[in-house]
Amino acid sequence: MPSYVIRRILLLIPTVFFAISFLFFLFFTLPGDPANLIAGGFNRTPDPGVVQRAKERYDLDKPLPVQFVHYWERTLKWDLGESYKNRRSVNDILGEHAVNSLRLGIWAILIEVVVGIGVGLIAALRRYSLSDKITTVVTAGMSALPVFVLGFVLQYAFAVYPHKHAWPEWLTLRTQGLGPDSWAFFFIPTGEQWRYLILPAVTLASVSTALAARMMRGSMLEVLRADYMRTARAKGLDERSIIVKHGLRNALIPVVTLIGIDFGTVIGVAVLTETVFSWPGLGSEIASSVTSRDLPVLLGLTLTVVLAYAIINLLVDLSYAFFDPRIRLGEGGEK
Amino acid sequence: MSLGDPQAAGSMVTGPGEPVGGGMDLGAVRPLRKDVWRRFRRNRMAMIGLVFLVFLVIVAVFAPLIAPYSITQRVPLFREGPSRDHLFGTDIIGRDLFSRVVYGARVSLKIGILASVLSLAIGILLGSTAGFFGGKLDTLIMRITDIFLAIPYIVLAIAIAAIFGKSENTIILVIGLTGWLSITRIVRASFLSLTQQEYVEAAIALGYSRTRIMFRHILPNALQPIIVYGTISVGGVILTEAALSFLGVGPQDPTPAWGLMVAQGKGDLVNASHLLFFPAAAIVLTVLSFVFIGDGLRDALDPKLK
Repeated sequence: MPSYVIRRILLLIPTVFFAISFLFFLFFTLPGDPANLIAGGFNRTPDPGVVQRAKERYDLDKPLPVQFVHYWERTLKWDLGESYKNRRSVNDILGEHAVNSLRLGIWAILIEVVVGIGVGLIAALRRYSLSDKITTVVTAGMSALPVFVLGFVLQYAFAVYPHKHAWPEWLTLRTQGLGPDSWAFFFIPTGEQWRYLILPAVTLASVSTALAARMMRGSMLEVLRADYMRTARAKGLDERSIIVKHGLRNALIPVVTLIGIDFGTVIGVAVLTETVFSWPGLGSEIASSVTSRDLPVLLGLTLTVVLAYAIINLLVDLSYAFFDPRIRLGEGGEK
Repeated sequence: MSLGDPQAAGSMVTGPGEPVGGGMDLGAVRPLRKDVWRRFRRNRMAMIGLVFLVFLVIVAVFAPLIAPYSITQRVPLFREGPSRDHLFGTDIIGRDLFSRVVYGARVSLKIGILASVLSLAIGILLGSTAGFFGGKLDTLIMRITDIFLAIPYIVLAIAIAAIFGKSENTIILVIGLTGWLSITRIVRASFLSLTQQEYVEAAIALGYSRTRIMFRHILPNALQPIIVYGTISVGGVILTEAALSFLGVGPQDPTPAWGLMVAQGKGDLVNASHLLFFPAAAIVLTVLSFVFIGDGLRDALDPKLK
């Protein structure tokens, strides 16, 4: 197992290096000189002196390969540079936004796991019942609805509409921003906070929850037909332990894989969700850094996301061994 | 085992002398294409999807006849709700929303289908090369795929959109050029297993060229997952277009892309919810149709999965 982990990490290094380097060079093929943008913006002719100072400050006066080497020298020391836009340290920006994204993400994952797996399981156990049919229709609809539309609809239904009809204040949820910064144990909202958190968390979770529920339903239906389930029944075990110990544990493997692989989608959904709800997380910041061409912010935050993605995938692979003891990692031709 | 290209396998089963579509009697030889269609027809959701898609194609083709107004024509009614003159109401600068949604069918289908075809072409080329030749070439292609998979899709798409500019045609390029990762992996996996089959060995022994073996012998047998994935991905592309429009890097204003219309309607959710509702409903119904058709095709092409 340890050698497997080491090999995976070694494979990871070139992947991350090339991915970030690709973005680095892609950025410089964008039309417009970054130094001009820093100094003046797209349409004005900036003062040459200001442009020169901007170039020196941001290392843009050197040839591209030199900048590239400098970039990696700094990045290896985890110095992510300075934002073009407001000269703030990217490390600081990262810290702030990562915390916000994590808080939102934890709740989205909780919703995905509890609601997704729960609903999928119930649908599978009551196949062809009304609740199963509703699950199928709703999950299909969720995956076909643009995330930001869901966000708007939720905003309308739970914040705008109650506000217009003067519902009691505690029933009106908030649609914009982070709200007061009151959290317990890092991620549990206290007081006002939950009214700001609930809508973005539900929106962020929506797509993956629908996927997880569909996957769980399919996977459980398959497991229910398996021979070992019949054996378990024949042994006279009670239905509850058959479902939980024999069924659920096996049915969870593909769902856990999905939750891991799906992280890329989650980032995309996070970009949209955070933009709709003005939630100052990594997603909205990455999106705005691409459009405002803030290279250090873009690369720094993307690097973090890429690393997180890789680590989550590794953890998911390791968790297979927990769910299915037959799987021994690192032996034979395992990728 | 894959059932492969319905047409090729179908004519094989019926034999050269017998006309395709011959015997319908029970027990008589039936072409595979008919079998697939028979199974597909039994799937109610897939049939609803197909009917809606046919309807959509008719709307797209005959848009000028169906739409009472042009996409830029303005009337002095702003953000009016649905009425008899304007079935879906009017938008913020007085354009007829119904006409724009009707013309939008053209734009969205075009973007969806062309971008999917582009990704499929890239994916099939890379995937088949990797799976067929194996070795260093396979490692190289798979490493490149891994690198692009590591970059969050939306970052890549926004960055490439920023290079190419924002129009209906460039958005096809952007989505097409970024969407080939999954299909590459799918095609590679099929090719890896199919390359081991006896008929490939036979073809190699007969001295056929590698290109011929790859595309004439193996590809038809690997088509099933490609068809299913390709169908579903058209819906995915339409959703991506909507997301890019919302982030401001999609097609620009007079273009009646549904995603753009939804993104534009966001500000008026309170006073004019029809601006959001109709284009969003068009997106949801279209994406669902493609998903249901894709699911139906998967079940119909491989009855063992049921």
